[in-house]
Parts: sequence; C-alpha cells; structure tokens
Amino acid sequence: MALIRPEPGLEIDGFTLGGQLHKGGFATIWEVTHPLYRTPMVMKVPTILDGYDGPTIVGFEVEQMIMPRLTGPHVPRVMGEGDFSRMPYIVTEKIPGGSLHRLFRAAPLPLSELIETAARMAAAIHDIHRQHVIHLDLKPDNFLQRPGGEMVLIDFGLSRHDHLPDLLAEEFTIPMGTFPYIAPEQFLRQRGDPRSDLYALGAMLYQLVTGKLPFGEPETLAQVRQRLWRDPLPPRALRPDLPEWFQEIILRAMEVDPARRYQSAAQIAFDLTHPLQVRLTERAHRMAPQGALARFRKWRAMRKVKSFAAPASVAAQMERAPILLVAVDLAPEMEPLAQALFLAVKRMLVIQPDARVACVNVIKTARIGIDQTTDDEGNHLHVSRLVGLKAWAEGIELTDDRLTYTVLEGSDPAAVILDHAEVVRAGHILMGARGHSTTRRYLGSVSAKVVAEAHCSVTVIRLPDQHREAEGESA
Amino acid sequence: MRLALLSDIHANQEAFEAVLADLSQRGIDRIAVLGDIVGYGPDPQWCIETVEDLVAGGAWCLRGNHDRAVGVPDGAFNTNARRVIDWTVNRLSKRHKLFLSDLPLVIEDGDLMLVHASANDPADWIYVTSEARALGSFSVTKARLIFCGHVHRPQLYSADLGGRVAGHPVIFGQPLPLIRSRRWLGVIGSVGQPRDGVAQAGYAILDRDRNELTFRRVGYDVTTTAKKMRAAGLPEALAARLMKGE
Repeated sequence: MALIRPEPGLEIDGFTLGGQLHKGGFATIWEVTHPLYRTPMVMKVPTILDGYDGPTIVGFEVEQMIMPRLTGPHVPRVMGEGDFSRMPYIVTEKIPGGSLHRLFRAAPLPLSELIETAARMAAAIHDIHRQHVIHLDLKPDNFLQRPGGEMVLIDFGLSRHDHLPDLLAEEFTIPMGTFPYIAPEQFLRQRGDPRSDLYALGAMLYQLVTGKLPFGEPETLAQVRQRLWRDPLPPRALRPDLPEWFQEIILRAMEVDPARRYQSAAQIAFDLTHPLQVRLTERAHRMAPQGALARFRKWRAMRKVKSFAAPASVAAQMERAPILLVAVDLAPEMEPLAQALFLAVKRMLVIQPDARVACVNVIKTARIGIDQTTDDEGNHLHVSRLVGLKAWAEGIELTDDRLTYTVLEGSDPAAVILDHAEVVRAGHILMGARGHSTTRRYLGSVSAKVVAEAHCSVTVIRLPDQHREAEGESA
Repeated sequence: MRLALLSDIHANQEAFEAVLADLSQRGIDRIAVLGDIVGYGPDPQWCIETVEDLVAGGAWCLRGNHDRAVGVPDGAFNTNARRVIDWTVNRLSKRHKLFLSDLPLVIEDGDLMLVHASANDPADWIYVTSEARALGSFSVTKARLIFCGHVHRPQLYSADLGGRVAGHPVIFGQPLPLIRSRRWLGVIGSVGQPRDGVAQAGYAILDRDRNELTFRRVGYDVTTTAKKMRAAGLPEALAARLMKGE
C-alpha cells in the first residue's frame, strides 16, 4: 500500500490542498479548493503510520461510514472522500470560527454567557441521536459553531451508528474515548447507550462553570474507573454563586447509572432553558465533597459492576424518553374533554415511563394591535391559567422535574403550540379537539392545523359525538 | 447501476413473485439469480421459465447444487431433498433441464464476484457460515465484493486492509456503505426457503454507484406454498419448515 502523502499544492480528485490548518495525533486538516464548489472546505487526512496501523484506519473507516449519513445543521456537510488506494481523506464544508476549546480555556464563565451555549450543545447532541448515532467522544475540541450559533459536531471516529456494523467493537478491547469526559459505561466497554453522550455533556458543563475537570486528567484506566464510585466535587463547592438548579443539571447528567441520568439531550436542553422548572433534589444542595464512608459504600456497590442496562437501540431510547407536549383547553365547557385528555396522558405514561410531560395552555390574544386588557388583568389571567393547569395535572405522578407548566400567548393558538413544540423538541403532541361547530368549519380548528403542520406525532383526543350517536340510535 | 441479488428460489412461486413485485418498485437495472432455482418447492417449471425470461431480458443466473442435482445422483443430499429432486426431474422438460445444465458457476464483473456457494471451490458447495469459511472466499479472488447464497441465512463479512475477516450483524432495510478500505462478502439469504426463523423471502440490492448494499425481506403467501407442497405429496417436514422459516 503506497499512499500519497498530503502536501500543499497536491491535487486529488479535483481537490487542491492549500495550507495545513491543524496537525493532530491521528490526522492532519488541510484547507482545500475545488473548481466546482464555492463553499470553503477542509480535508481531513488520517496519519497512517508505516505498515499496518489498525486503530487509525478503523477510526477513519467509521467516520467514512457515518458522516455521509448525517444531515442537518449540526454536522459538517461531506463534499468528497477518498480511500486507501491512493490517499484516504474526507472533505467537508469548513465551519469558520474554531472549536469550543477556546471558550473552555476561558472558563469559569458567567452563567449568562454559557446557558445558551450549553443548550445549543444539547440540541446538537439530540440531533445526532435522532439520526441513530452516538458520538462517544464528545469534548470541547469536537464542537464547532456556525456563524448563526448552531453547534456542529465533528470527529466521528469513535462513534456508533445503530444501522451500521460497529467496526470498533470488533477491533478494540480497551475503553475508547477521552478520559476526562467518558461515561462509566464506556469504561466498561459499552458502546450502545446514547446517555453516554449526556454524561460527557455534564462533564463539559462542569468544566464551563468551574474551570476544572470533574475528575482532573486521569492518565491510567484505574484512575478512569474511579468515576464508578467517586463523586466529583460539587460545582457549588468551587463556585458558591452557581445556582442550585445548574448544579442539579450537571450532577444529574453525570449520574453513574445511565438510568438515573437525564434520558435524552432534549430533556437537558429543556431544563437549561426553563431554570425555574428544574426540580431540585439532594444533588442541587450538595456543597461538601463526598465523605470517605459514602465513597466506601459506593465502591462496595460498584466495584463488581460489569455493565449497566442499555437500551436496545438509540431510537428505542429516544422513543422511551420523549417530551410529550400536552395542550390543555381550560375553558369550563371543555372540562369533559380535558378529563379525557388527562386519561390519555396517563395511558401514554404507562408505555413511555421515562417521558417528560410539558403542559401548556394558550391565552388567545386579539389578532390586531395590542390587547386592551391592562397589565394587571393580563397578569391575573396568566396566573389563574397556571393554577388551572396545575390543577388539571393533579394526579399525573411523575418523579423529579418531569412535569412542567407553561402558559403561552398568541393570536393563533395552533401556531403558538407548534412553535413551542419546536422549542422544547417535543416528540409527541397531545391535545383535544373541540368537536364540530359551524364556526370551526369556517375558521379551521386548532387541532387540525397542529396535526397538519407539526414535525412530530400528534394525538388528538375527541369526545364521542353525542349528536351523531343520537342519529345512529334513531336510524 | 442497481443490481438485485436473489438466491435459493427453490421452486417457491409465491416467494419469487413477492420479491419480483418488491424489486419492480425499487429502480433495479439488473437481476442476478445466484442459483438453486429448483428443489424443496412445488413450482419448479414456473420458476425456471420465469428465470429464463429474466435472463432473456439481461439478468445473470448461476447454477446451484440443486440445479445440478437434477438428473445427477448426489450423495450429499439428504433424503427429503433427494425425494424432491426426483419428483422435480419428472416434471421438467428437456428444455428446462438444458437451461439448468448450461448455467455458469461463477460470474465476475469488474470488482464484483457472484457465486452460489463458496468462491474458493464453487463446485464443492461449501457453506459460508463463519469468519473462517469467509476467509476461504476472500483468499482466492481479488474481487472487492463477493456475493453468494446457499446458506439460506443472510450474513455479512468484511476483510480489512490487513486481511482479517470480521462478521457483522445483518440489518434489514438499511443501506450499508461498502467502504472501499475493506472487501465485503454478503451471503444474501434465500428467496424461497429462509432458515433464519423469519418466514419471509430474502434478497438484497447492490447499488454499485452509491456503493451500498441493502438486505431486504418481503412477506409472501407461505400458506399457499405449503398447501401446494402437501398437495404434491412432498415431504411434510419441508412444508412445516417453510411455515416457520427454519
């Protein structure tokens, strides 16, 4: 195998190499141009040692399999690829601006500066999980940011795609990943759990708010293994002004058992953007380091653990832990419908026990101009709707912070519901249909519009039509 | 160029029809039948004539061990298989038999090699069922893509640049990139007598431009096929097996 070595000016498959942008341990990154493409592009060329270099080759193969299958703003677009017959490479669009590495160097950061970044990181992770991919090597260097703000994930050399052969599982017997960020189950060589990426996100958030890595920089596998029983120092011990809710998010994302973590990246994004709704647990209040006795007990419990329960697939995990957006109509005449909706939500939670329920109610405002109601009245309406929502949800028993309430406003209730579903990345919308009336026939129904335009599944609850039943009986 | 890979039709008209209907909606440019048109099943004439028509239209077709066994004593066959072959022989015309005996054992086209059983000795009907057996195929040819049938259970193997062979789980309905740093061997399952516990016809599509392989399964009217087998007096065990896909 005589491979061409990359150098400035080299031409391959129409691409011309410019300057070298980066030289890492396993690959070099080059600026490239192509007469047919105007997009700025980069070429990644794995550095193959002389002779047979298994790990680098497999990492490159994995990337070459996975990257062209990913789409959307959170991954770089693949423009070309080459194989080992001449020179292995992947050309992608160039994301200007560098990685988050610099931002992390500036840590600790003020909360106001990092919440949006953190939510965008979670959104990017959610997007690749939606596409059946677990990254498994998330770290600051692997997040780039588009000028529009969207985070872009790179370096899929250790990743896993549910629908493709896992070449790495067949290749390696030692844990793979970047030690400061890898999840305990990755240490145990499990490669099938999207919640591993949530652990890495938790470790990165820890670093952003404290300026320190939760477990320092372990150099040996024995040191990495300690995270199975060692709790990181609570972030608030390093930074007392950090709000409890933020510590709750970090420590929950970093739970040792994946089952006790957040169950999807969308759920983390939701909490980051709804801080008042984060329900605080013991995790939020921790200030002192883990005591010796507690650590000993945890060590005894964990030292023989060989694996954690993992989902059957990424998709199975995503379906188990969706955000259910429930749009509740609180009008008095709609009480029976609201009751039916309540029962539907309860049933849904039986089959999706890890789901999170976001209850919303929409205050319809006048279409033209500013509403005539005074501020006082407006506020009053808002509060009474919130109280109404909570009363409606009484009896939906969800642990932690998995039940939230939001009152929204807008002239077009369907549009408001649809927008909110996008914001919270709802996996499913449940709502009632008010039934048949002449007005609705002409003006269109809210549920019909939501069904027609939503990007996720929508379940519409309808009460049996009394009128039609009566007709049926007389016939 | 999209190539449909079909193997081990085994005189199962219902399964064959279901596969042809499925692939007719998937932009197929050429069909390759990797052998064993007859044997086990109740409709050998219809299946041979249909393959003949496909070949006339440009399809490739290979010879399998059951196709060869028509009229040739073969000690390797078990009693039930032999009984069906003897039953089949009496139903085939001279033309049918000539068609089967004229089929090649191997087809090579560019970086592609097609064979009924193992590439390292196509006439020895070796079952490719393990990494070690797959290695045998990889070692006799330079072809980057090797596809075979014979085993009735879909499987996938790759040989990396160092020549090491790894087996991979088969995932149905998802295009698999056959990355060029490896060589690939696909055992594409059986149209007419699946044996992986799923009573559905199996075949695969190779997209040579996109360099992707998709394993597919198609439901078919297995009850009718089993009924025909019983009506024809073929061994009950074979009908029962077909119903379970075992």
